[in-house]
Amino acid sequence: MQRRVTFDNRLLPYLLLAPQVAVTLVFFIWPAANAIWQSVHLQDAFGLRSEFVWFENFTHVLGDPNYLDTLKVTVVFSIAVTVLAMGVALLLAVLADSKIKGARAYKTLLIWPYALAPAVAAVLWIFIFNPDIGSFGKGLRALGYDWDYRLNGGQALVMVILAASWKQVSYNFIFFLAGLQAIPRSVMEAAGIDGAGPVRRFWTITFPLLSPTTFFLLVVDVVYAFFETFGTIHALTQGGPGKATETLIFRVYQDGVVNNDLGGSSAQSVILMVIVIALTAVQFRFVERKVHYS
Amino acid sequence: MLTRRKLALLTGAAATSALLFAAALPGTALAQGRTVIDFWHGLPQPLGGQLEQIVKDFNDSQQAVQVNPSFKGAYPETMQAAIAAFRAGNAPHIVQMFEVGTATMMAAGPAVKPVYQLMQETGASFDADAYIPAVKGYYSSKDGKMMALPFNSSTAIMFYNKDAFQKAGLDPAKPPATWPELIDAAKKLKASGSTCPFTTSWPTWVQLEQLGALHNTPFATQANGYGGLNAELKIDAPIYVKHVQTLIDMQKEGLFKYGGRDNKPDALFPSGECAMIQGSSSLRSRILKEANFAWGAAPLPYWPEFAKDGPKNGIIGGAAFWVMTSPKRTPAEYKAVSQFFTYLAKPEVDAKWHMDTGYVPVTLKGIEIAKAQGYYEKNPGADVPAAQLTRTPTTENSMGLRLGNLPEIRNIIQEELEKAFQGQQDAKQALDASIKRGNTVLRNFERANKG
Repeated sequence: MQRRVTFDNRLLPYLLLAPQVAVTLVFFIWPAANAIWQSVHLQDAFGLRSEFVWFENFTHVLGDPNYLDTLKVTVVFSIAVTVLAMGVALLLAVLADSKIKGARAYKTLLIWPYALAPAVAAVLWIFIFNPDIGSFGKGLRALGYDWDYRLNGGQALVMVILAASWKQVSYNFIFFLAGLQAIPRSVMEAAGIDGAGPVRRFWTITFPLLSPTTFFLLVVDVVYAFFETFGTIHALTQGGPGKATETLIFRVYQDGVVNNDLGGSSAQSVILMVIVIALTAVQFRFVERKVHYS
Repeated sequence: MLTRRKLALLTGAAATSALLFAAALPGTALAQGRTVIDFWHGLPQPLGGQLEQIVKDFNDSQQAVQVNPSFKGAYPETMQAAIAAFRAGNAPHIVQMFEVGTATMMAAGPAVKPVYQLMQETGASFDADAYIPAVKGYYSSKDGKMMALPFNSSTAIMFYNKDAFQKAGLDPAKPPATWPELIDAAKKLKASGSTCPFTTSWPTWVQLEQLGALHNTPFATQANGYGGLNAELKIDAPIYVKHVQTLIDMQKEGLFKYGGRDNKPDALFPSGECAMIQGSSSLRSRILKEANFAWGAAPLPYWPEFAKDGPKNGIIGGAAFWVMTSPKRTPAEYKAVSQFFTYLAKPEVDAKWHMDTGYVPVTLKGIEIAKAQGYYEKNPGADVPAAQLTRTPTTENSMGLRLGNLPEIRNIIQEELEKAFQGQQDAKQALDASIKRGNTVLRNFERANKG
């Protein structure tokens, strides 16, 4: 049965809601409405001339073969980042949760990367991967492997995926660890007494009980891969070589900020918004069914 | 009743709102009766500091005007900041804009006050012919009127490692003057163990835009866009195809190394990895600071078969100062801007900036002053950029480019070149694809700016 809270004053609930509504209006609805308005207009950079063009910006974007390539890159990138970031974080969390010496130190160290700004992190990656000045990059070349992400699209994509996932591992780690610690020891011990090994215990008990956390992180990580990896890509490859590491969000920036094409850029934002809303809806509709909430 | 606490709060609030009110006043907030001018620039340290020193010198030289410089990030960010500020009705008085933003600024109509007009209206004397023709041409309107105040200009030249030349059995005093000579030198350098005989910064600017100017070949129709917004790219001319194919072949043979977009490859020369680099003349100060080998500067090589009567002048890069409008501007503010510009246009200021930073002098007298002070004898090679810029009268093809959204076109070309260097397409395909995509950009710009 649901509990209902009742207020004596009719105005009070609205008043309490007002700040949240105001924030949503100012920081979400208003910019989104602006983007939609821009996406059906053709404008010069200075906003001096503006012409209503119906859906021309959309047909332009969707008719551009490069845009479809970018979409493909984004799909590969997002799936890889999500899987990698969650997989590694889960593995580390399970290890850190077991009874080992210095677990506390590991936990602290594992959370550190999250505090790093994406641009700073990217500079560090350059020092590792750059074929001329990077330690790892130089090493690979010394071994005779032709490592050069400035010209090899596949290598560039691998590099940005690694850099972007690494950044998100810490975040996932914190949540997985908290989730693991919430699993009652007694259940695990009972399974242990019944003769279930660690692997079996993990898949039949831990993983299902962890599913609310996993589901939450899945949603967050997909949104992260779509929207928040811009800084990493910008600092590492600028979408190159060719368009090998250009994701949708990077192109929105490129077209809107660098190329001054507000209409096209807004049309892309609207498309991106639709994609992410759809993705989240799908996740809630289908994946959440498999989630066990206690 | 007013408690002490409340009173204190109220006073504080009143003081704060007074401050806010003062800050909201237009830029003329009178600092000791001076007219205050906002000046946004895009030069990081140490250049930004040197620029701000010049502003300070100006402020100290008179009592009427106070110019406030502020750094707004790199050129593209500064451009965005100025555009956003204009849209909000709050544009700075002066903004520094990189050369590829020129067409965008010229098409901005009422957002910009042309410099010739500003000088006329304020009664200041201003001689456009004092500037190097290649500089003047880049910032002039179709009918030859100066739209912006040129300040920090550079051009593309070649730097080479004399020690590496020596090791390869090449004459360090004789850098390659033509492309066949350069290829030859690259082969010898490779044979002597160099992993990177040659690289280039700013691939589009140096290998295509400068190439067209040097060989008097149009980059785009409509006189490289000076004639109108309906220009189309022309980079499928034989010289471009031949040149790009040469680079692709050189890369395959290990004679040329692609080092990335824009100025990313800069680092490859001072570190000693690449024996020759073509890039901005402003790279000089970095090489001076970082290189621990003997090096020299030389003009860009040319293709003798495409330049029967020798190469023409190169075109410029760098930035200029634009005057922006705003609903709140007063005549006194324009007057103040023109005073500042008159100061900047002085040949002594120009020559000092040139000698301090390595940018080319923008005025003809500036070159004379640097010469008279013995700067070029003390700094061999420092005269190469200016010499290359002034060696011939400018032609329709060597005046510069006036193409809308040129930064985007440059990126498109870089992307297509990268695909070619990866072996996905040849020179002709790369250039054809660049033209197709670039023309779309030009048509969009034309449509958005014609009304």
